[in-house]
Amino acid sequence: MELELISPWEIAKDKIQAVQDYTLLSIRALGNLFERPIYIADTMQQADLIGVGSLPIVVLTGLSIGALLALNSANTLQRFGGITLIGQLVSIGMVTELGPLITGLMVAGRNASGMASELGSMIVTEQIDAMRALGTDPTKKLVTPRVIATAFMLFFLTIIADLLGLIGGNLVASLLFGLDVRQYWTSAWQILVFRDVFMGLIKPVLFGFVISTIGCYYGMSTRGGTQGVGRSTTQAVVASSVLILVVDFFVTKLIFAVLGYR
Amino acid sequence: MATSSIDLDRRAAVPPLGDAIRFDHVSIAFEDKSILDSISFRLAHGEAKAIFGVAGSGKSTILKLALGLIKPDSGDITVMGQDITHMREEDLFEIRSQIGMVFQESALFDSLTVRDNVAFRLTEEHDITDEEIDARVTEALRFVELEHTLDKFPSELSGGMRRRVAIARAIITDPKVVLYDSPTGGLDPVTSNTIIELIVKQRDVHKTSSLLVTHRLQDAFTMANHTFDVQKNEMRRLPHGVRNDIPMTFMILRDGKAIFDGDIEELIATKDDYIREYIS
Repeated sequence: MELELISPWEIAKDKIQAVQDYTLLSIRALGNLFERPIYIADTMQQADLIGVGSLPIVVLTGLSIGALLALNSANTLQRFGGITLIGQLVSIGMVTELGPLITGLMVAGRNASGMASELGSMIVTEQIDAMRALGTDPTKKLVTPRVIATAFMLFFLTIIADLLGLIGGNLVASLLFGLDVRQYWTSAWQILVFRDVFMGLIKPVLFGFVISTIGCYYGMSTRGGTQGVGRSTTQAVVASSVLILVVDFFVTKLIFAVLGYR
Repeated sequence: MATSSIDLDRRAAVPPLGDAIRFDHVSIAFEDKSILDSISFRLAHGEAKAIFGVAGSGKSTILKLALGLIKPDSGDITVMGQDITHMREEDLFEIRSQIGMVFQESALFDSLTVRDNVAFRLTEEHDITDEEIDARVTEALRFVELEHTLDKFPSELSGGMRRRVAIARAIITDPKVVLYDSPTGGLDPVTSNTIIELIVKQRDVHKTSSLLVTHRLQDAFTMANHTFDVQKNEMRRLPHGVRNDIPMTFMILRDGKAIFDGDIEELIATKDDYIREYIS
């Protein structure tokens, strides 16, 4: 196999082109919300695939993360006589950070790959060209429904993950450390302020947008047959996971800057 | 007789009135490799044209350019009297509604049934009742003799059946032009003949312009010397020396250039060694 040397300038040019294409696709996906036709049936179908389909994995991870958070922090808290604070710790951790983040990463692994492989397969089998030839805009028919569905469903999946995380924490706190259930839930509830809930609910919407646009971008830019589909799928999962972490950092920082630190 | 580039320019210089598709000095390159180099040709309304060339000669690229799926690097493309060269994607949809396209590997939507594939364009128009859609889908599938496959998925069909469904999908809105991208590629001779018969049927019954990309010369020759007998519902060979009312031309591509554009007599009489070898 002959190796081809590519200049750093060419690589940089390709990366900038990719960012530009991704930005344009994202803008078009959002702009389509205000243009007819709106594909309601396709959006509902995607919401079912993404939302209901991801429910088992979100339930399991939410429950596990909450329980692990409680288990890991309980020993330290007990040493300082602060075991009653476990509800607060799990609540703040799950609602502001771990709930949205873990749900986002799980859905990214499951759905960004699914979108990239589905759209990538449609590209290599000329189905996207056929759709355009038949007078349908693929960004309206395929991308926008996925973006709306992912952002919408991730919002609710995160709420479920948060709740399950708190239940997991409660199980550990009550069964292993003998904490009163009422005390756990009261401290978990009372510690939360508007900023925490706002942060915890705005993140999944942004993560949903990132997951779906990245998944669709890599799918729609697939080149090179079935091997290309595999490459797009992997890149979509990696890029969306990394971008979720980056967006998470900046959103957290921004909300703290605007609404103040705890 | 092989036409020189000057002759091709002369052909292209005919006023656009009456042209279904017209290319003027169209060039395109992919990753610095020239695919089409100043190609000019016209497809008149009602005309059939077959484009030949070896693999990678840019045959399919011409069809994608004609549909506005890709943009040329230079030159002008006129479809139905409208310059589509720099047209926005949204504006191209109206032009595309007048064109049917049969893709190389059918390009059927694999998650949709045959019914939904064929109905796709009608469903997207949103103002047609389900009853009307069903009636028109059945009619289009009857044209390709596959009305019994309504509820099947593309994966349940043979290669030939998929091409026939693709033809039904392309013609359901009675387009003025149908583009065929290697419709017989990878098919056995009997099935290939069935597909060509359908193309001839569409051309002669509905009087659509046809642009056929193929590497099989016999497909184009069959189109040139056959006509469709509506009474007998079959394709019939024209008597020797009798030409079809519908003009049929041939274009041969080589190294990104059109080295021949003419009718069957000119093709047979050519002295060009490459073309003679190609058609032998």
